[in-house]
Amino acid sequence: MNETPLIPAGVKRCSKWQFSLWMGAVTAVLIWGIYAMFLIWYKGLNQTNMNDAYGFALWIWADLAVIALGGGAFFSGFLTYIIGKDDLKNIINFAVIIGFICYSSALLILAIDIGQPLRGWFIFWHANVHSMLTEVAFCLSCYFAVLTIEFIPLILENPRLAKKPFLHHLSHNMHGVMAVFAATGVFLSFFHQGSLGGVAGVLYGRPFAYREHVFIWPWTFFLFTWSAAACGPCFTILVTWMTEKITRKKLVKQEVIWLFAKISGWMIITYITAKTIDTLYWALVTAPSKGFTLMDFYSSPTYNIGLLFIEIVLCGFVPGLILITRRGRENSFFLMSAVILAVIGVSLNRWVMVLQVMAVPLFSFNDWYTYMPSWQEVATTVLPVAYGLIVISLAYRYLPVFPQEQELNPID
Amino acid sequence: MFPFCFEWAWDMSHMVFMGGLWYALSIIGAGLTFAIVKSIMDMKSHDEKDHGHH
Amino acid sequence: MKEKNDYEHSKRYGMVIDLDKCTGCGSCMIGCYTENNVPFKADETNKLDSINWIQVYKLTNGKPYPETEISYLPMPCMQCDGEGKLGHSPCVSVCPAVATDYDYSTGIVSQIYTRCFGCRYCMAACPYHARKFNWWDPVWPADMEKYLSPDVSPRMRGVVEKCSFCFHRYQLARNKAYYENRQTEELGEDEYQTACAEACPTGAITFGDLNNKSHAVYQLKNSPNAFRLLERLETNPKVYYLSSKKWVRRQGDNYLANEEPGLIKKIDKQHH
Repeated sequence: MNETPLIPAGVKRCSKWQFSLWMGAVTAVLIWGIYAMFLIWYKGLNQTNMNDAYGFALWIWADLAVIALGGGAFFSGFLTYIIGKDDLKNIINFAVIIGFICYSSALLILAIDIGQPLRGWFIFWHANVHSMLTEVAFCLSCYFAVLTIEFIPLILENPRLAKKPFLHHLSHNMHGVMAVFAATGVFLSFFHQGSLGGVAGVLYGRPFAYREHVFIWPWTFFLFTWSAAACGPCFTILVTWMTEKITRKKLVKQEVIWLFAKISGWMIITYITAKTIDTLYWALVTAPSKGFTLMDFYSSPTYNIGLLFIEIVLCGFVPGLILITRRGRENSFFLMSAVILAVIGVSLNRWVMVLQVMAVPLFSFNDWYTYMPSWQEVATTVLPVAYGLIVISLAYRYLPVFPQEQELNPID
Repeated sequence: MFPFCFEWAWDMSHMVFMGGLWYALSIIGAGLTFAIVKSIMDMKSHDEKDHGHH
Repeated sequence: MKEKNDYEHSKRYGMVIDLDKCTGCGSCMIGCYTENNVPFKADETNKLDSINWIQVYKLTNGKPYPETEISYLPMPCMQCDGEGKLGHSPCVSVCPAVATDYDYSTGIVSQIYTRCFGCRYCMAACPYHARKFNWWDPVWPADMEKYLSPDVSPRMRGVVEKCSFCFHRYQLARNKAYYENRQTEELGEDEYQTACAEACPTGAITFGDLNNKSHAVYQLKNSPNAFRLLERLETNPKVYYLSSKKWVRRQGDNYLANEEPGLIKKIDKQHH
């Protein structure tokens, strides 16, 4: 009896040797990260360069950034299953995989980041419902479960797994109720993306981060959700493009990319407009009421006013305007530039909302606080990248991730 | 997280927060249960059909 | 969190530190280290990861000699009443695991070491840097372990700690009152004093119940020279400072170039 091949039918994959060589290289980086991770778990957070002024640092930024970038998953789910943009079915599998990687990475980084990892479950068990971090923990874990559920049917479509009758039916039935999971995912994402923004926005002791509230939610709550929905798709497009370059194949029809990019563009434009209003209100009303001028927050050589320009104009309005114009997004150079700028923009926003918050001195007799991550922090932050590459490589090789691949790359 | 944890209070914050949480978890649980149970039933009916053909 | 807030009638322990009397000797810090089993490192060069529950800062007026003036400012945890004085201290409201709590009967912000899992969100929330993280396992030189106070539990690696206004002394005072068949809620001013207040050789630190008219802090806090740190953030600290020097009072908060500290305070009071 011939065994069913592991690789999906009708598509071409590289040789085992080539694949093993690539995986070997990535695994080496992964092992470096895992070594650093165990070093931190064994010896404690003294392995980092964080200090009492910089209690939140590289890891929290990495967490916020990967979750924002993983936002492509919930937003594409929202557009496909709830709004009914059927074209996006051709990229949603990949968006889900990227989301799965981002969210599992975020959970791993959080597990490394806490001083008492064995007590991590306290955040659920002894939950303080008033804390934004509690909301983050719950929604993050629940949404990770949803992403896993969204990923499973795709895994079950591997030809060898699909031979098992139960798994075949399960994949089919899970697809059948996917809209319910997607809707739950959107609900959970709205709250955890938002509460991640709330993490900084509620800090009324930190005037750089603090924002006015709507009911219990500071403006950053809505801005974070919005920016994740806006820039997450850009990251999905970027990773799809990179996968196409590496595999030297067109995997998703350009019309699908353009549609996704157009929606993302309008989200970015509206987001960055709201962000501009927020920044103006904060600079002209909130901060002065606490005795600060805008320039007090940008008086360090590292954290200067240029950052605000880069975030709002260069990595906000510019990519937004490119993506909403047909000629902009249909030119591949401009499209990719816009996508990269948007990804940098949202990552920079998260950096500023974590690290600059810590750096700003609150007393005139204190100086700006500085911080440079240790190699252990860098290695554990690179770890998810290596892990992500491995998951994407395995998924691409063994699963029918791209529904249009066969049509775009016919095998004679 | 549960009413038997000592910091639990039957106040508005807990109702809203935990209400949302348990609601989301129930939907996820119900969806999964549905998919699994239906797959088992599908598999059985498929088997019966197969037997019927022979 | 569940207790009701009776802001005006419950006890609100606080401190008034007279900066005109502070010489910057650091006795308060030493007193605190020994009283509260605060761990220290073999090399304390890097102040950003050393643990202290009260830290003495040096302020200068920034003028060249001979007009140079300096002032020392000891900074413990401010035991903030929080926005709207409702017990929503910056740190308490953010802790995801209820490891830090506001005690409505004393106004003291507690830290539960065995509950803290080391996320450090409270440190990010505290504008005073009053919260310190245990980056290392606490290690004392050989025999010093025998001198640790049995009334205060030493902390483990990976958790946050901070000044508790020597809360164990409050508990001991209440125990004593109970055994003497007295009202445990009516302690004398001298029955509960913090280690730093007792250690201060110039008597710069006064400690007591800010709501109790018979306590010295009640009058002192109303002095025209009194101010609190970063008051404009609305953290409502329970640590007050006294300084006859205007430039010191100005450094206690942030002001725009055209603002006068005294004036802003008045406006705030009217506002509330």
